[in-house]
Amino acid sequence: MASPLRREDVAKVAKLARLTLSEAELDLFTEQLGQVLEHAKDIAALNLEGVVATAHPFGLINVVRDDVLRANLSREDVLAMAPDAEDGRFAVPRIIGEAP
Amino acid sequence: MKSARQIVSDVQSGASSAEAEVTSSLEAIRSKNDELNVFLFVDEVGALDAARSVDERVAKGESVGALAGVPIALKDNLCQRGVPTTAGSRILKGWLPPYNATVIDRLLAAGAVPMGKTNMDEFAMGSSTETSAYGPTRNPLDPTRVPGGSSGGSAAAVAAEMTPLALGSDTGGSIRQPAALCGLVGLKPTYGLVSRYGLIAFSSSLDQIGPLATNAADAALLLEVIAGHDPMDSTSLPESAPLLLAHLDDGVEGKRVGLVRELVEGAEEEVVASVNRAVEALRDAGAVIVELSVPEFRLGLSAYYLIAPAEASSNLARYDGVRYGLRVDAEDVAAMNEATRTLGFGAEVKRRIMLGTYALSAGYYDAYYGQALKVRTQMIDAFRRAYQQVDLLVGATTPTVAFKFGAKTSNPMAMYLSDVYTIPTNLAGDAAISVPFGTGESQLPVGVQLLGPGRSEAQLLAAARVLELADGRP
Repeated sequence: MASPLRREDVAKVAKLARLTLSEAELDLFTEQLGQVLEHAKDIAALNLEGVVATAHPFGLINVVRDDVLRANLSREDVLAMAPDAEDGRFAVPRIIGEAP
Repeated sequence: MKSARQIVSDVQSGASSAEAEVTSSLEAIRSKNDELNVFLFVDEVGALDAARSVDERVAKGESVGALAGVPIALKDNLCQRGVPTTAGSRILKGWLPPYNATVIDRLLAAGAVPMGKTNMDEFAMGSSTETSAYGPTRNPLDPTRVPGGSSGGSAAAVAAEMTPLALGSDTGGSIRQPAALCGLVGLKPTYGLVSRYGLIAFSSSLDQIGPLATNAADAALLLEVIAGHDPMDSTSLPESAPLLLAHLDDGVEGKRVGLVRELVEGAEEEVVASVNRAVEALRDAGAVIVELSVPEFRLGLSAYYLIAPAEASSNLARYDGVRYGLRVDAEDVAAMNEATRTLGFGAEVKRRIMLGTYALSAGYYDAYYGQALKVRTQMIDAFRRAYQQVDLLVGATTPTVAFKFGAKTSNPMAMYLSDVYTIPTNLAGDAAISVPFGTGESQLPVGVQLLGPGRSEAQLLAAARVLELADGRP
């Protein structure tokens, strides 16, 4: 059964979602998200044992195409909109640093 | 304003030209866009080029397509090559897509002329355009009120007579609700009927692209052009586009239509009154009216606000400052991701990402997301049972007429309730249409919603046509 949303829960999901929240935002979002989850109690409380979950309206099966070469976007077109690119690749800041 | 069908006929016969139609659309946009904030980008050069190319084909006697010379507004979550596309977000400011959405290729092939990109709630998350990073759009019928959302800019473009047609996208009501608030016809097609290749994803198991128009015939014309299988979208239905215009005058004689209690409960008095008058009009046209209750509809809102944010939290993980859009520099890549997302996303998008992340997280998955998926099954079963008794369902599109700016922005739940009648259709993957019928408070339009099973677009448009005639529109 669902428990009420706490401030530390919001701080945790913000971190997971890579969002920085101010103290004021933490308070506001805790209250607002709590209201949504409070409303969702109507379904959290239902006994739905044995009901099959639907993740997709038509129960899709995988769609595959023939394994043949076809035209794709050019590397130049794709990299043209990148914030930073180098040697035909996306460039990012340091990923692995030296041990502190 | 001329209907899209009239423009096509005039352009094909030589009574008008695509260039003249596009020039007149550009003039309307220029004169009203500053006040209404409808278009985020107007593609003046591209539109005039496309129009002249249609006119050249007409001059050579070539066939020019079902939408020859018709100006159309595009919601800003549809990718058009080289045309700024933001999805209403700061995180995509200045982004130029490297390819066209399938719907745009189909529009161009049919001779339609894309006029530019319309304002929307950020990443389609909202019901008023107030979450756009570029300021809200004003309702052309009353500029102190919202046009609805999230396709509010597309609805306003048609309501302000800037273009006769627009494309929107509908995840929980984002075509039908603004259509209702702006006095237009708006159709949410069956899931998979229209390709979503090139639609910026919000909630992939719910999103559909669809038409906004001033009348049912124009909506049918546009949907015929954009529908049909696309190998670039793995959720695309296998069949070609349905025949819609051919069935537009089929009427509702002998059809069974269910008036659903849950689709009017809680609505304003004037909205209920319009729905009741619409039901009488359908009865007068020969439909058999059955009163129904579908209690599962009451659970739709909660299920939707767990499923859609869960999918959005995953879909929006791609905005990380690496491949496109905004980047805020920082000392390492994780800090860069976080700084970029913190600055690039607005409050509503952050709320939904966090809600989705929470609903999917260990310890809460079963209680929230898992339960929501089971409720979705119950919703689909409830619709199936209803459609064993009746052909179509009818109710309100939205509980109120267009509301004032700021009326619901501080309370997310109040805003979410705006979509309470439209959400069930998205959860089931079915089709539904909003048709203007009568007016409510301050002479503002009221939308009546007709709902049908998957692939019922022809029946829905025929029923919409009946209501249109009964409401005194030609």
